[in-house]
Amino acid sequence: MNQAIRNAWVAMAVMFALILGSISYVQVVDADSLDANQWNNRAILQTFCQDRGAILVAGQPIVQSVPTGSETCKYQRQYLQPDLYAGLTGYYSDIFGSTGLEKSMNSTLTGTSDQLLLDRIKQLFLGQQPHGASVELTVDPAIQQLAYSLIPDGMRGSIVVTNPKTGAIIAMASKPSYDPNQIATHDQAAAQAAMTKLQGIPGINLNQSVSGPTGNLLAPGSVFKLVDTTAALASGKYNKDSVLPNPAQMQLPGSSATLPNYAGGNCYTQSQATFDFALEQSCNTPFASIALDLGQDAIGKQAAAYGFGQDAGDLLHLDYQSGVWPTNLDQAQLAQSAVGQFDTKASPLQIALMTDAIANGGVEMKPSLVKTVRGPDLRILDEPKPEVLRTSTTPAIAGQITQWMSEVVSNGIAKGAAVPGISVAGKTGTAELGTSGLNNSWFTGFAPADNPQVQVTVVMEGVDVLTGAKLTSPSASKIFEAVLKK
Amino acid sequence: MSAVDAAVRPRRNIELVLLILALIVGCGANAMTAINEGTQLGSDFWMETSILAAASLGLHISLRFRAKYADPLILPIVVTLNGLGLAMIHRLDTPQSDYGNAQARWTVVGMALAAIVIWFLKDHRMLRRFTYISLILSAVLLVLPLVPGITAGDINGAQVWVKFGSSTFQPGEVAKITIGIFFAGYLSTNRDLILLAGRRIGKLQLPRFRDLGPMIIAWLASIGILIFQHDLGMSILFFGIFISMIYVATSRASWAILGILLMFAGAMASSVIFPHIRLRIDGWLNAFDPNVFGRQYGGSYQIVQGLFGMANGGLIGTGIGQGRPDLVPFAHSDMIIAAFGEELGLVGLFAIVMLYALLVTRGMRAAIGARDAFGKLLACGLSAGIGLQCFVVIGGVTRLIPLTGLTTPFLAAGGSSLLANWIITALVLVISNAARRPVDTTPLAPDEAPTPETSSSAWGTSAPETALTQAVKQQ
Repeated sequence: MNQAIRNAWVAMAVMFALILGSISYVQVVDADSLDANQWNNRAILQTFCQDRGAILVAGQPIVQSVPTGSETCKYQRQYLQPDLYAGLTGYYSDIFGSTGLEKSMNSTLTGTSDQLLLDRIKQLFLGQQPHGASVELTVDPAIQQLAYSLIPDGMRGSIVVTNPKTGAIIAMASKPSYDPNQIATHDQAAAQAAMTKLQGIPGINLNQSVSGPTGNLLAPGSVFKLVDTTAALASGKYNKDSVLPNPAQMQLPGSSATLPNYAGGNCYTQSQATFDFALEQSCNTPFASIALDLGQDAIGKQAAAYGFGQDAGDLLHLDYQSGVWPTNLDQAQLAQSAVGQFDTKASPLQIALMTDAIANGGVEMKPSLVKTVRGPDLRILDEPKPEVLRTSTTPAIAGQITQWMSEVVSNGIAKGAAVPGISVAGKTGTAELGTSGLNNSWFTGFAPADNPQVQVTVVMEGVDVLTGAKLTSPSASKIFEAVLKK
Repeated sequence: MSAVDAAVRPRRNIELVLLILALIVGCGANAMTAINEGTQLGSDFWMETSILAAASLGLHISLRFRAKYADPLILPIVVTLNGLGLAMIHRLDTPQSDYGNAQARWTVVGMALAAIVIWFLKDHRMLRRFTYISLILSAVLLVLPLVPGITAGDINGAQVWVKFGSSTFQPGEVAKITIGIFFAGYLSTNRDLILLAGRRIGKLQLPRFRDLGPMIIAWLASIGILIFQHDLGMSILFFGIFISMIYVATSRASWAILGILLMFAGAMASSVIFPHIRLRIDGWLNAFDPNVFGRQYGGSYQIVQGLFGMANGGLIGTGIGQGRPDLVPFAHSDMIIAAFGEELGLVGLFAIVMLYALLVTRGMRAAIGARDAFGKLLACGLSAGIGLQCFVVIGGVTRLIPLTGLTTPFLAAGGSSLLANWIITALVLVISNAARRPVDTTPLAPDEAPTPETSSSAWGTSAPETALTQAVKQQ
């Protein structure tokens, strides 16, 4: 009988061994594939429902985690002033993932970044739930609000306001915007419905890499002439007194098409022009002839020096597309591309960075959006210092272009951007959208011209010439005034 | 033999030290839960801790007085498991549910019953008198959930509960014990007959058909549980206990093989006949099929969520109170193993499985040491029951075998199961006391006249007074 009991024990031992084996299989061998299973929402829920750090502007939260009172998902992301900041914050959703700062600052906001290692260890030993760090932005809420309100509802446009000396983003607004609360809600059906509805709105800034100030690639039109001008002066073939051909229209080489001058200004009064006149009146043909003279590579090289096709550094924390200078151009295409048409493209932030470089003596600063990162105990963990992104041109050339841009505002077609008592430098652009009669209307500039404090780039998409003129330069003027007369 | 017996000491002090360790583990887990969830150690915690500690010490003292040679490992192991279960159930409680305090109450009731068994059951052989009463009692207990008026109806697909005041009770859990007593009594009486009669074919000694009676009754009872109560787990458990006991009684592999074949035949037939068994097996084999995963009844959602939880726990777990075992349906009862796997990890679950293995081993050791066939069979059957229950539950949760509705002994929420398992613990402790109690085999001194009791004992079992004199001699 005792032998039978021992045998029974062996059978039991085999059963226990089988159990240990199957536990090992589930928890170690098969664990990775189980973790990655499409039905497994633990990883998402684990971070999704946790207390994330706030995003602040001027000390006030614009995004925060609020307790839900539910055991299954303890915190809900709440967006205050949602439409105003949606393009910066992005959204944080369990079904759609995250965008904007919610995505790029995720490890900081959840508290898993290396900067928070010590806090994590402390929380581990104290057995506390992890708390994220909070992120304060460089944005000035009054200017952000102003910029946002200067884009009329129902229109598509972006405004980028920066400090050219530091690269700090003072405001970055675009329309159409949306309410991230609708997507971040824990009610998945409501989130799904909201997302479907929002995705149907053209130009909405749901994804910063393809829309809004950082991702929407637009024909820059005449603001690209700043690249041509820089390339011309840098080549040594031209100087500030050079005289450029200025025919009313130019026969495009190897093509039956023609490139006309801007009809609205005074270009027609001169058949030859100096840089100051050509820029003031935004004549096309002088710049087309410069491009044909220097060649596409020289223009392309200068465009790259301003950041076209390059990244914007590691302080922006938003998905970014700079701009495109097309390659393999024939002469006709080169002439058109040189005036910001054909396949030349730039995001609003790219144009702002170019203007920043001119304002800052040719040195482009990294655009930066984060002012401070604070731990759960409010201790400052990170306070990014201004950093140089690249040298775009020489101080002499930048100074020369600044002088001409000041004349564009004081004597030329950007008069609307002027601010009484302050010298403003600027450049407008009107990129035609096919033959629709509608344009992308641009203004980019900075003030004061002699000691730049603020850069403003405005673009309104799909507007007629008059509407564009009303909504770009005058809006820039209001922003210059608001920033400088504070 | 006498040299070994002479070295046997009560080991109650070791039990006390281990018991304190067990309480530290159980109550420590409870405290960590509160800390990890950022809540204060409230009155619930102090109440549960003091209740568990007081009841454990009460049992320990009962053993000192009434069964001082009982196995010193069994009580600490069971207290550890019960304490861990309490902590996890408490941790899984939402503001709307209060399984934790209910489990604490049942723990007290279970431990009190265990103390009563230890106190009043001086000798486990007394139970042999109740062999046939146990059979009747088992039948009544098993039929109760089907009786109109008493039954609590169909709960989660099984009809195994009766109404008991405002709460429900699962009489099948208690039937585990009574059926164990019946089998032990019946087999210890009739084993010679079963062994000797029968035809021999080659090496295989086939049982006589009329001796197959009890096996067929056990088999039919198991099938009955399956058909009428839809309880696959309990059905397997009953038959498994019976197979292990008849094997130990006869030492014949043929009986065990026959039993296992019968079990498979029954399982096969029922999977063909009963749709709910077929769904269970389908949910096991095709757990990751989208149709099976999403199926309302008999789907694999529960088991797959449990697997996700265990995978999330990985090697060392998320830490108690820091995982999401609440995402698994029935995490506090049927799926509590998945909750432990998630929060304590592979390491913690291995420790728990090893505790069960050790508990079963100590039970079997008591069976080997027992000096009567009834005690051997009862200790072996009850221990095998605990082992089998672990295998069926953990194997089901880890998708080794189909998932059934059995509870994990001592860990899972459920009053009837806890109560029954504490009584089983007490019975095994009593048998282990009889097994380890030294027998006075020294030659009798001329002036010591042999008492009728010691001389008449066929198995040489000691009367209480001999044990006492032996203990005195050792000190």
